[in-house]
Amino acid sequence: MTPAELPRTELLARLRAQVAVKESRIRQAPFPVHPELAALLPDRGLRPGSAYSLTGAGALLLALLAEPSREGHWCGVVGMPDFGAEAAAHAGVALDRLALVPDPAEQWLAATAALLEALPIVAVRPTGRVSEGDAAKLMSRLRDREAVLLVDGPWPRAEAQLSVSNLRWSGVGVGCGYLSSREVTVTVSSRRGPLRRSARLVLPTPTGHLAAAAAVEPISSLRAVG
Amino acid sequence: MARATGAGDRCLVLWFPGWPVTAWALSEGEDAARPVAVVSANRIVACSPEAAAEGVATGQRRREAQSRCPTLLVLPADEARDSREFGQVVECVERLAPGVQVVRPGVCALRARGLSGYVGSEAEAAEVLLEAVVVALGPTSGRVGVADGLFTALQAAYAANPVGIVPAGGSAGFLAALPVSRLGDESLSTLLPRLGVHTLGDFAALDAAAVRDRFGQQGLRLHTQACGQDPSLVQPRVPPPELTRQLDFEPPLTLVDQVAFTSRAMVEEFIGGLTAAGLACTELRVELTGELDELVARTWLTPGVFEPAAVIDRIRWQLQAAAGGQLNSGIVSLRLEPVAVDALVNHVPGLFGSGTDERVHHVLSRVQGMLGHDGVLTPRIGGGRWLAERQVMVPWGDRPVLGTPAERPWPGRVPDPLPAAVFAEPRPVQLQAQDGEAVRLDDRGQLCGQPSVLRVGEERLEVAGWAGPWPIDERAWDPARHRSAGRFQVVDDAGTAWLLVLQAGRWWAEARYD
Repeated sequence: MTPAELPRTELLARLRAQVAVKESRIRQAPFPVHPELAALLPDRGLRPGSAYSLTGAGALLLALLAEPSREGHWCGVVGMPDFGAEAAAHAGVALDRLALVPDPAEQWLAATAALLEALPIVAVRPTGRVSEGDAAKLMSRLRDREAVLLVDGPWPRAEAQLSVSNLRWSGVGVGCGYLSSREVTVTVSSRRGPLRRSARLVLPTPTGHLAAAAAVEPISSLRAVG
Repeated sequence: MARATGAGDRCLVLWFPGWPVTAWALSEGEDAARPVAVVSANRIVACSPEAAAEGVATGQRRREAQSRCPTLLVLPADEARDSREFGQVVECVERLAPGVQVVRPGVCALRARGLSGYVGSEAEAAEVLLEAVVVALGPTSGRVGVADGLFTALQAAYAANPVGIVPAGGSAGFLAALPVSRLGDESLSTLLPRLGVHTLGDFAALDAAAVRDRFGQQGLRLHTQACGQDPSLVQPRVPPPELTRQLDFEPPLTLVDQVAFTSRAMVEEFIGGLTAAGLACTELRVELTGELDELVARTWLTPGVFEPAAVIDRIRWQLQAAAGGQLNSGIVSLRLEPVAVDALVNHVPGLFGSGTDERVHHVLSRVQGMLGHDGVLTPRIGGGRWLAERQVMVPWGDRPVLGTPAERPWPGRVPDPLPAAVFAEPRPVQLQAQDGEAVRLDDRGQLCGQPSVLRVGEERLEVAGWAGPWPIDERAWDPARHRSAGRFQVVDDAGTAWLLVLQAGRWWAEARYD
């Protein structure tokens, strides 16, 4: 059977597979992320050479840094003077492969560009508005080095936007209890796909990690009866 | 190497009795004129003359020495200290006469001919050396022996007060009366007296062939020494290259850039000197002296090797940090000293590109050059009850110094999950009850008022849930570091959780659960 005789859908599938094989030879594999996040992201991971925009960083940023760091990659964090290093360690980020540039002030762009030379994952919180030109400069460096930029805030050419909404803490009542875990809705809208994907996740879990939210809602509060 | 010592090869030995005690006094800046003894393996190895006068002697057990002299100060032996301090003596001698051999800490030897020819006689040469050491360093206990050969000169120094000279060719006669234990060979000094040979003269009288047959080559060598024909020569040490560099500025410089620019050539020479010696500097001390005699010194570390540009960066940072505070005048001198060096072969870049860590170090150093030494940090987790106290930020390249260990229980610390945003400086906030009154704790630690509004700066947040207080009362024994506070967790209506601290009636946000 020649390719022309194949049914159209099968032909398309074959062509796609061939392109994927060729592309994977050229391009580096995406950086791994937690399986729950992988299901939401376009390439099932962080695509080398692209930027991701996060709204409401914090625990989500730590969860994104954790897997590449566990694989042995270096991570850099620019412009976050309040970065919780101990929470990062508990989330799975290796602190001996983590470099912080807490207060670069006006030089955040230069510092980020320099870090991208050698660090594959760099998180940055820009000070002030990001101009198109700055973003373009950084993006070409990013593509050249096949690194990933995680931006806390808006970014003009982001591969995908990750946002956290509907936060719900459990464990604490009115004058009682202790914070144990938080349920959030993580929404990913990609530049390449029109569909928004979202999932209900537990971030952080009582141990500081990321997990899927249980299907059955836990009983929110207990009241004394009788 | 070894050849028979001719009459021209006179040897001068400088000996400091009880050197370990003198070295201790020099290094600690203490007075050795009191009963002091140095002990190794429970035996006295050296003692001060005051201790010797009380009956302390080398070879005694420590307890016996202490029973003879109850005020005895007993010190542990430290060979490194002995050698280090003796280095100064050797330098002092080398200034007068080159070619010094360090026999052991406390004893050095040199050829007598040069110096004695210069000053007139051997006795005067000895006086000159002793005086130079006394003037430069202070110890007055030195003795000098001059004789043919090292062994005889050393024996002459032991017998000297303070200068003993054995005339050329008189070695055999001088040595004849000394006991055989002076040979320093344990088995021979016990065996020979049992054979009826008590002095070196008796030993020298034996037939050389018979000595070789009975005691072997080692015995024959000692026999030659006892005959006053020591074949060993002074083997002068090669003085170590001077790696430290100093630059004086005239007139004093007032701008950081001036200092950095002027010192460039000196820094390159400094690194070049290290490289020529096959060394790579991994720890560097930079000392800056101001016009008003201020000394700003700091030791810098690097995970790699100091390159000239990195050294200049360190000088620049140190000046910037010190300007205005520790340094209020122009810079008159700059001194660079390698504190730790490593063999250069361990730091040569590989043939096929450098590894990831090498590139990371390069990039992080560049960012450090851009933002200053504290610009790039690596976090470490230390001990403590407060979140900001637990994360220790170490500037890139520095050695982490954790004051308190993290693995202790630290009762009162925040358990998991930990907040993702920890404020380096706690932020002032207000927690108010429904009626606008600030929530506070009464004397019994009970909460007065129901928290309902959280004000962070201009922002007004409704409190959806809260828990606490968890009291922390730490270091009650230390008034400076005593801290007594209550911790609260507050969740606002937007779902953000805060870690608040109530201390002395005021509310602070310690961290936020982002």
